[in-house]
Amino acid sequence: MNRLPPRMLPGFGLTLGFTLTYLGLVVVFPLGALILQALTSSPSDFFLSAFHPRALSAYWISFITAGTAAILNTFVGLLFAWVLVRYTFPGRRLMDALIDLPFALPTSVAGLIYSTLYSEKGWMGEFIAPSGIHLSYSWWLTVMVLLFTGFPFVVRTVQPVLEELDGDLEEAAAILGASGFQTFYKVILPSILPALITGFSLAFARGLGEYGSIVFVSSNLPYQTETGPVLIVSRLEENAISDASATAIMMLIASFGMLLLINALQKRGQTNA
Amino acid sequence: MPEADISKLNQPQSNANHKSSLTRSVNCRTDSKITKYLLICTTWILFSIILGIPIIFLFTKAFSGGVSGYINSIFSDKDTVNSIFLTLTIAPIAVFLNTLFGLNAAWLLSRYHFPGRTLILTLIDLPFAVSPVVTGLCLVILAGKGTTLGTWFDQLGFPFLNSTPSMVLATMIVTLPIIVRELIPVLDEIGPEQELAATSLGATGMQMFLRITLPNISLGLVFGILLCNARAIGEFASVAVVSGRIGGSTETMPLRVERLFQEYKSPADFALASLLALMAFGTLIAKAFIEKRLHSRQQSFQIPKAR
Repeated sequence: MNRLPPRMLPGFGLTLGFTLTYLGLVVVFPLGALILQALTSSPSDFFLSAFHPRALSAYWISFITAGTAAILNTFVGLLFAWVLVRYTFPGRRLMDALIDLPFALPTSVAGLIYSTLYSEKGWMGEFIAPSGIHLSYSWWLTVMVLLFTGFPFVVRTVQPVLEELDGDLEEAAAILGASGFQTFYKVILPSILPALITGFSLAFARGLGEYGSIVFVSSNLPYQTETGPVLIVSRLEENAISDASATAIMMLIASFGMLLLINALQKRGQTNA
Repeated sequence: MPEADISKLNQPQSNANHKSSLTRSVNCRTDSKITKYLLICTTWILFSIILGIPIIFLFTKAFSGGVSGYINSIFSDKDTVNSIFLTLTIAPIAVFLNTLFGLNAAWLLSRYHFPGRTLILTLIDLPFAVSPVVTGLCLVILAGKGTTLGTWFDQLGFPFLNSTPSMVLATMIVTLPIIVRELIPVLDEIGPEQELAATSLGATGMQMFLRITLPNISLGLVFGILLCNARAIGEFASVAVVSGRIGGSTETMPLRVERLFQEYKSPADFALASLLALMAFGTLIAKAFIEKRLHSRQQSFQIPKAR
């Protein structure tokens, strides 16, 4: 083990004190305030605003858009990682470097671009308008922008695992007569599954909490396209802080529940692999 | 753009040659040429739709009034100029404080074995699991109008909400895990042997840190600072909630982009957005540069994990 008892290296007291003070001021106090607010409000008020029909539809829309985007991201991310690791082709290095762009680019910029690009005056909007599809301000455009913000998570978690993959196993499978698809499905997929699930959950979590890009691309109409974070902000603007915090607590519980579920799934995936 | 060959980052050199020859022989059997070209073409098409076309569209729109129109649309608007200054004030403060925290916490968590370690790790990861909107909401509940802390700040003459400190704090919380998460794997990989040797030879804690630890982790630290800075510049939701979005005084660049968009001020919105995009490209180029140097040092880095 690399970690030592506190006496062996200097700095334990200092770093412990600094870390605890900083975390206390910056994380524990603010989050504690939210939880305290929820605990001190009367239970009936809390449930009324947490399970308000508008809130319920917002949770559902958040779940569906983030979930759809995360599933698409898993496929897109796997394809990108595969092609980047397995093949050499012109522009590969440029593509590899640009994959990180959504990490560095403010999500509001992505939202601005997508909302204009798919409007009637934008390139893509003009291009698909003749087919009668109008994406702007719809639910699908939210999914598109979440695709943009989420796919690098999958690429960057799967890529190193694909690189480390043991070539011997694939060779053995091929020698034993497995087709390319069989090799992928039975040999490669099980070993990259944990990484895929991690990438999926990162993209999902990001999508659930996303606000900066969604305000641009969605119409943010209650019951139709309003997501959880958007609802929290509009409750705040109405100065209904207790409503906002009830919704926030529900979103927190949901995302922690999801994290636990995914951890459990991943444990099972690892034991099966 | 400097080359970033990330694919080779994570594997030792000797192993790499051995592996690539193996992979090649396997590819001959499993992947036909048609599959290969089909996959590469699909990737390029998807890449263009998701990333390529939007970026080209951004710069085309931003420069639709020519270079002079571009400069004019940014610098003739006083509120826009203010937003740039505000972002360039908030981001460095938040990044600096998070760097101090990152160094302390990473040292603590990677070098010592003590009870409560997992709890601290969980608390550090918390901001990634919480939506930035909720982070902003927490600050409003903690020190907004009518709360005990809020009234206290009001009486002191420094209202907390709609102020620069509140925006710095929001940015700090949202970007808190990035640098720690970048440093812990690096410190873990290096191990404490050199530091133990230094202290046993009589180095003080500060000497050990400055001469052994800091040089060893410098690239990882810069890497983390870059990522943290990019996120700090782009933070939208939490800052929008606590800032009150007062034009000219509490609007950061991303908030200003949205205001311009709402007011149909095109291409000014795209011009400011392209400035943010240029900063992002700067981050990528710096990152690629560091990765190239890392490549020679055989270290590996991961993206910050959101838990």
